[in-house]
Amino acid sequence: MILSIALAVPLLGALALAGYPRWSAVQARRIAVGAAGVSLAALIVAWLGFDPRGAQFQHVVELPWVPSLGVAYRLGVDGIALAVATMSALLFTAAAIYPVDTRGEPRSYYAWLLFMQGVSLGVFLTLDLLLFYVFFDLSLVGMFFLIGRWGHGQPQLSALKFFLYTFAGSLLLLLAIIGLYLSLEPHSFDMRVLIEQQPLAGGGLYAGLVFLALMLGLAIKTPLVPLHTWLPQAHVDAPGPVSAILAGVLLKMGVYGMIRLPLSMMAETFARYAPWVGALALLAIVYGALVALGQGNLKRRIAYTSVNHMGYGVLGIAVAASALGDPAARQLALTGASLQMVVHGLITGALFLISGSLWQRTGDYELAHYGGLAHQAPLLTGFTVLAAFASLGMPGLAGFVAEFQVFAGAFAVYPWLAVPALAGILITAALFLDMLRRLFFGHLPASLATFSDLARAEWLVLGVLSLGIVTIGVYPSFVLTLLESASSALVGGR
Amino acid sequence: MPVGDLIPELILLAAAVAIVLFASFAAQRHQAWAAGLALAALVAAGVASVAQWGPAPQLSFAGVWALDRPAIVAKLVILVSGAVCIGLSPDWLRGDRRHGEYYALCLFTLLGALMMAAAHDTMELMVGVLLTSVASYPLAAFHRGWAPALEAAMKYYLIGALTNALLALGVVLLFGLVGDTGYAATAAALAGADPWGVIVAVACVVIGLSFKLAAFPGHAWLPDVAQAAPAPAAALLTVVPKVGAALALARFVALLPDAVAWPAIVALIAAVTMTLGNLAALRQHDLRRLLGWSSVSQSGYALMAIVVLDAAPRALPALLVFLVAYALANLAAFAVVTHWRGRTAFDDCRGLGHSRPLTSAVLIVALLSLVGIPPLVGFVGKLLLFEVTIAGGYVWLAVLAVVNTVISLYYYLRVAATLLFHSPKGEIAVLGRFSGWTLTLTAALLGVVSLVVQVLLAPLTGIAFAAA
Repeated sequence: MILSIALAVPLLGALALAGYPRWSAVQARRIAVGAAGVSLAALIVAWLGFDPRGAQFQHVVELPWVPSLGVAYRLGVDGIALAVATMSALLFTAAAIYPVDTRGEPRSYYAWLLFMQGVSLGVFLTLDLLLFYVFFDLSLVGMFFLIGRWGHGQPQLSALKFFLYTFAGSLLLLLAIIGLYLSLEPHSFDMRVLIEQQPLAGGGLYAGLVFLALMLGLAIKTPLVPLHTWLPQAHVDAPGPVSAILAGVLLKMGVYGMIRLPLSMMAETFARYAPWVGALALLAIVYGALVALGQGNLKRRIAYTSVNHMGYGVLGIAVAASALGDPAARQLALTGASLQMVVHGLITGALFLISGSLWQRTGDYELAHYGGLAHQAPLLTGFTVLAAFASLGMPGLAGFVAEFQVFAGAFAVYPWLAVPALAGILITAALFLDMLRRLFFGHLPASLATFSDLARAEWLVLGVLSLGIVTIGVYPSFVLTLLESASSALVGGR
Repeated sequence: MPVGDLIPELILLAAAVAIVLFASFAAQRHQAWAAGLALAALVAAGVASVAQWGPAPQLSFAGVWALDRPAIVAKLVILVSGAVCIGLSPDWLRGDRRHGEYYALCLFTLLGALMMAAAHDTMELMVGVLLTSVASYPLAAFHRGWAPALEAAMKYYLIGALTNALLALGVVLLFGLVGDTGYAATAAALAGADPWGVIVAVACVVIGLSFKLAAFPGHAWLPDVAQAAPAPAAALLTVVPKVGAALALARFVALLPDAVAWPAIVALIAAVTMTLGNLAALRQHDLRRLLGWSSVSQSGYALMAIVVLDAAPRALPALLVFLVAYALANLAAFAVVTHWRGRTAFDDCRGLGHSRPLTSAVLIVALLSLVGIPPLVGFVGKLLLFEVTIAGGYVWLAVLAVVNTVISLYYYLRVAATLLFHSPKGEIAVLGRFSGWTLTLTAALLGVVSLVVQVLLAPLTGIAFAAA
C-alpha cells in the first residue's frame, strides 16, 4: 500500500499539472515539490517499516491485471530496491526544488518531471517483469520530452539519439523478458517465481541468448563501454536538474536491472559469463576515467565519470555473480555495488545540479572560460569541492565506502581485474582536482565579475544532498543493514 | 437458407443501395444526410454482429460462410473504422457539391472487407476482394480535379488489376487441383494434390491478398493513396482492407498442408514488408505519406502472427489484438490529419503542439501506440506478436521486428519533434465541429481500449477459427 502511494502520487500530480491550465509557475513548482515530497515520505515510512531480517521482498502488493498473460500489478521491495528508490525520490524532490528556466511552460515541465518520478520509482518497486519493462520504457518517453523541449545546444538531436539508442536497448530487454516468460510453466511475469525457480539454469544456447539480450539491453542503459555513446550528448544538452535525474536515476535502472534480472533469475548463466562482464566493467572504469580526463566541457567530464562509476557497480555485480570465491567476499562486492548506486545518485546528482547553476549564470560549460570563483562564490565552491571529493573516493565521504567494498570483494575473487581497476580511481582523482582548479582557483576572468553565489533554494538542496553524502560516509550502517539483507539473500541463497 | 446469418452484411448492402438512390435524387444541400444514414446502418450492423457472438464457432451456407469469433471481431473493427471515416467525412466534403455516392462507396468497401474476413470459400474470397477493390478505386480518386488523386487512383487501379488477376488465377488453379472451392473440401483434398501446382496456386493467392494487405509485393499503392485520397477515405483504405485481408490470409494458410512450407514464404514477405515500409518512411516529409509507409510496415508486423499460426496457440489472438491496436491508432492519426484540414507537409506542422496542444497530443499518442510504447494498446499488440513469434520458433523474425521498431521510432519521433520543439507560425484553421467530435471519440476509444485492455484480452484468449 505504502509503495503504491509512492508510485501513484507523482503520477497523479503529473496528471493534475497537465490537465489544469490555471496554475502559475510558482504554484506548479509547489505542487511538483509537494507530490515528490509525499512520495519520498512514503518511501521513508516503507524504509522504517522494513525488517532487514524478514522476508526477501516486503510491502508486497499483488492485484490481478491480465491473468490470461500472467501479468499482475505486483509491487514489493528488497533492501536494494528500497534504498535506490528512496535515493531516487530524494533526487527528484531536489530536482523539482532546484530553480530552472522553464521557458514559459512551467506546468508541462513539472508534469514531465513528476511523470518521470512515477515511472522511475515504478522500475525499482515493481515485482512484475512486464511492469518493469513498461516503466523502463516510459522513462525514455519522459526523458525525450524533457531534453527535447527544455534542453540547450542541439536538444532535438540529443533527445532523438537518446531515445533511439536506449529504446533499442529496451526492446532487446523485451525480447529477453519474453524469453524468460516463455521458459516458465505456466507462463508468468512474476519476478518472485522466476527467482525461485531459476527456469533457465543449465539451458545451453537459449539461456545464453536470453542472457545476452538482457545484458545488452541493460548495458546500454548503464552504460557500459562501448555502448555509452548516447550519454555525453544527452547530458550536455539537458537542463541541469534533468541531467541530475538522468545520471542519478536513469543510469541506476541499468545496474539495478542487472541485479534484479540476470543476477537473481539466471544466476548459473551469469556465473559462466561473469569474468567477461567483469572485464567489460574494467574497460568502462579505465576508459571512462581517461576520456573524462580529456574533456574540456564541464558536463561532458562529469558525464564520463558516470561511465567510470557505473563500471565499479558492474564490477561488483560481476564479482557477486562469479561461481568461484568466498561467498562473504561476493556478498561484500554486491553490497558495495548497490551502495554505489545510492551514492553515485547523490554525488553526481549534486554535481549536475551545480553545473546547472553555472549554466543559469553564464550559459557556458567550457572549463577554460572559468577560474577564480572561490572568492566570488564560496558556497558554490564548498559544495562542489565536497561532491568532487566524494566522487573521487575520499575516505569519510560516501563514495569511499562503496568503492572500498567493491574492491575488497573484487580482490578476493578477480584480483586480475581489481588491480588495473585501481588505476581508474587514480585518474578520477586527477580529473576532479583538475576540474576544481580550473573552476575555482587562479585568475577570475572579467566576464565573471558579476557572478552571483548560490541562491537559497540552491544551497538548501545541495546542503541536503551533501548531508546524505557525509552521513553515508561517516555512518554507513543505516543503509548497509538494508543492502546486506538483500545481498545475502541473493548471494547466499544459492 | 439461413439468411439471418447475413444480417450485418444485408444491412450494409441495403443502406448502400438506399444511399445511391438518395444521392441521385436529393438536392445538393441535403447530400450530407447520406452520412447519417450510413452511420445508422453501421450501428445497426454492429449490433447485429455482436448478437452473432454465439457460444460455438460455426459455418453457415453449406460451409462457405464463417460465423466464428475471429470473423466477428474483425467485423467490429471494420465497422468501427467505417464509422470513424464516415464521421470525419461530411466536414471534409463540404466543398464538394455532390458527394452522396461517397458514402455508398464507403459502405461497399466495408461490405467487401466483411466478406473477406468471413469467407470460407475461395470464390467467396474473390468476390470480397473484388468488391472492396472496385468500390475503393473511386474513393481514392474522389478529388477528381486534383492530379495527385488521379495519379494515386491510377496506380491503385493498375496494381489492383494485376494482383486481382493473379488472385483469380490462383483460385482457378486451386479449383482445378482439388475440384472444389469450399475451404473444408480444399483442405481435405490438398494433401493428395500435385505439390508444384499447389505452390503456384498458393503463391498467386498470397500475392493477390498482399494487395489488400498492402504487404510486399502489392504494397506500392498505399503511400500514394494515403497522401492523395480524401483524408477520411485514406483512414478507411489504410485500415479496413488490411483487417479483412489479414483474416482472409490467416484462414487460407491454415488450410495448407505442411509440405507447402507456407510459414517460410509468409515470414519472408513479413520481413521484406516491414523493412521496406520502414526504410521508405524514413525519407518522407509528408505526414500522410509517412503514415502510408508506416501502414505498410505494420502489415509486416501483422504477418508475423500468421507465420506462426500453427506453431503458437496464441497466434490468432495476437493477430486480432494487433489489428485492433493498429486500427485505433491509425484512425486517430488520420482523424487528426483530417481535423487539421489535411495539413500534412512537415514544414506546415511546425509548432502545432503549442497552438493546438490537444490534437497534437492525440497525434503523438497515436504514433507512440504505433511504435508500441506502453501502456498504450499498441504495446500489448506488439508484445503478443513478439511472444508468439518467439514461442513459434521464429526468433530471427522477432529480432528483425525489433530492429524495425527502433527504426520506426525515428520517423514517428520526427513528427513529435516537429510539432513540439518549434515555435508556432500563427493560428491554424481546423475543419469543423463534426470532425472535432469524431476525433474526440476516436481518441477516447484509443485511450479507453489502452486502459481496459485486459477486458479486451479476456474474450480473445482461446479464440479460434471454425473447424473446417
